[in-house]
Amino acid sequence: MQLTETLPLGRTQEGGFGFSKSKVMPSFPVSSRRNRQKVREEAIRVTLASCGFLSVLTTLGIVGVLLFETLAFFREVSIFKFLTDTQWTPLFADKHFGIWPLVAGTFLTAAAAIGVAMPVGMLSAIYLSEYATDRFRKVVKPILEILAGIPTVVYGYFALLFVTPLLQRLIPGLSGFNALSPGIVMGIMIIPMVCSLSEDAMYAVPQSLREGAYALGSSRLQVALKVVVPAAFSGITASFLLAVSRAIGETMIVAIAAGQQPRLTLNPTVPVETMTAYIVQVSLGDTPTGTIEYKTIFAVGMALFLCTLTLNLVSQFLRERCQEQYE
Amino acid sequence: MKLEGMHLQRMLRGQKRSERVFKIVAGGALLFALVALAILIIDVFLDGFRRLDWQFLTSFPSRKPERAGVLSALVGTVYMMGLTALLAFPIGVGAAIYLEEYARKKNWFSRLIEVNIANLAGVPSILYGLLGLELFVRMMGLGRSVLAGALTMALLVLPIVIIASREAIRVVSPAIKEGSFALGASRWQTIWYQVLPIAFPGILTGSILAFSRVIGEAAPMITIGALAFIAFLPDSPLSPFTVLPIQIFNWVSRPQKGFFTCAAAGILILLAVLLMMNAAAVFLRQRYQKRLYL
Repeated sequence: MQLTETLPLGRTQEGGFGFSKSKVMPSFPVSSRRNRQKVREEAIRVTLASCGFLSVLTTLGIVGVLLFETLAFFREVSIFKFLTDTQWTPLFADKHFGIWPLVAGTFLTAAAAIGVAMPVGMLSAIYLSEYATDRFRKVVKPILEILAGIPTVVYGYFALLFVTPLLQRLIPGLSGFNALSPGIVMGIMIIPMVCSLSEDAMYAVPQSLREGAYALGSSRLQVALKVVVPAAFSGITASFLLAVSRAIGETMIVAIAAGQQPRLTLNPTVPVETMTAYIVQVSLGDTPTGTIEYKTIFAVGMALFLCTLTLNLVSQFLRERCQEQYE
Repeated sequence: MKLEGMHLQRMLRGQKRSERVFKIVAGGALLFALVALAILIIDVFLDGFRRLDWQFLTSFPSRKPERAGVLSALVGTVYMMGLTALLAFPIGVGAAIYLEEYARKKNWFSRLIEVNIANLAGVPSILYGLLGLELFVRMMGLGRSVLAGALTMALLVLPIVIIASREAIRVVSPAIKEGSFALGASRWQTIWYQVLPIAFPGILTGSILAFSRVIGEAAPMITIGALAFIAFLPDSPLSPFTVLPIQIFNWVSRPQKGFFTCAAAGILILLAVLLMMNAAAVFLRQRYQKRLYL
């Protein structure tokens, strides 16, 4: 801005000091030094761009690998069986390839996680954004973030050896491996994510909306629940979808505490197996390349990838819309 | 008139009560999260701290819980993180520079990269493991080696490093860049001599935090087949290896109680490593923050 003001009248910034290219460049012989610099600059630009492009290659790699092995899998097992069979027993002599037991396990643990993370995360977000003082927020948010930074094996340990025994005292008949305990612990892990995304969405709600509601005689509670939350709804939905995606993709907690028995059930107290836990189970055994067992983990991985990608894309779309709304 | 006043009063009183109840519920939710964190840490500490001694740090894994140790896992973790950083840091910073300094005008290429990075950050880590298994372990024939692990981890950490570095580069004041351009510096000269020195502490801090995120990842390492029972130290990028999270996972999945204690002690060491990395990041930020805004 300042630059334009100091320029002599009649000259634009783009034209820049009268050295407009078309007039000056041809009359000077281009020095080799400047030429070399140009080449160097261009080389650097291309190098940096290819660094960025590597991330695209990573995506292509993941999709490619999954697609390649999944197609190989479906040459041996019909997609119809994959989607209709109710048993998943690729590691037994009597092989069945129905994905639903794994989906059920994944769904159960994810549902438990969401059942914890959504209410706790949202209420915390409301408290932080509408009630807490700035100082309190500054102290508490980083502490909350620690929860997200703790390695998942640690949560697995916690689920198996602390939460499960605790729940067993409350719920008689709860199996040592179950969907409930890792689900709850996974929920605790996701709380900071839900909280900070929802809080961002609530923070983006313009102050004038709140003040208008206060002026009409609303209480704090009414403002929070009837003005801020509805206004931030798309952002909150985005955090919900991202939480589901995270819960579906989470591996170690369920691999440790949910068990390894794929079964088609909605009972959270018995051992189940999630998609991710199945991949871990096969990886732990030494499965030779090219066998059907080896291909199954890629087929399951593909299902996992499609689920999380869809959730992430919708979530991202909602967040962008939420940002645009008030700008 | 009087009746209405009383009605209003009652309504207000009810409102005040629900106000108070809601504040307690919301505060309670926050408290729940914080208490869960405290219990988690205390529980692991009580389980593991008695097992934590020099012998534990300097022993290889063993079939007997009381003789087992984390030496190979600890060294493996450090080895792999070093290699990962070597691979991911330059590439991540390079990509961040490109997106912040070169791709200002949004063309399809930079948009593609940006959308892609945002999505990559949401891909479950175990899928990176599947990529690593097929690409590095099988196709490139690296086997279940430190290098295959580091390459996989590098791909996993790359989006986070890029996002963190971009934020650090973005805060460099445009006045400094314009000044540099005005003195006739080229774009790269401006980046190399002006932008990077200012942004570097921020890049470093963000990257350390990014690496501390993936150091605890076990899933991709299990998928590419890092082993839990390694009774030697990795001596080349191609030797087999184990890392702390895998060692912990292995101990947790055993039936003997004694190994649970080992797992808890291993967790304490892992948390200590993470704490040190985070402390380093915070220290760097504190130390250089002032210079940033000069």
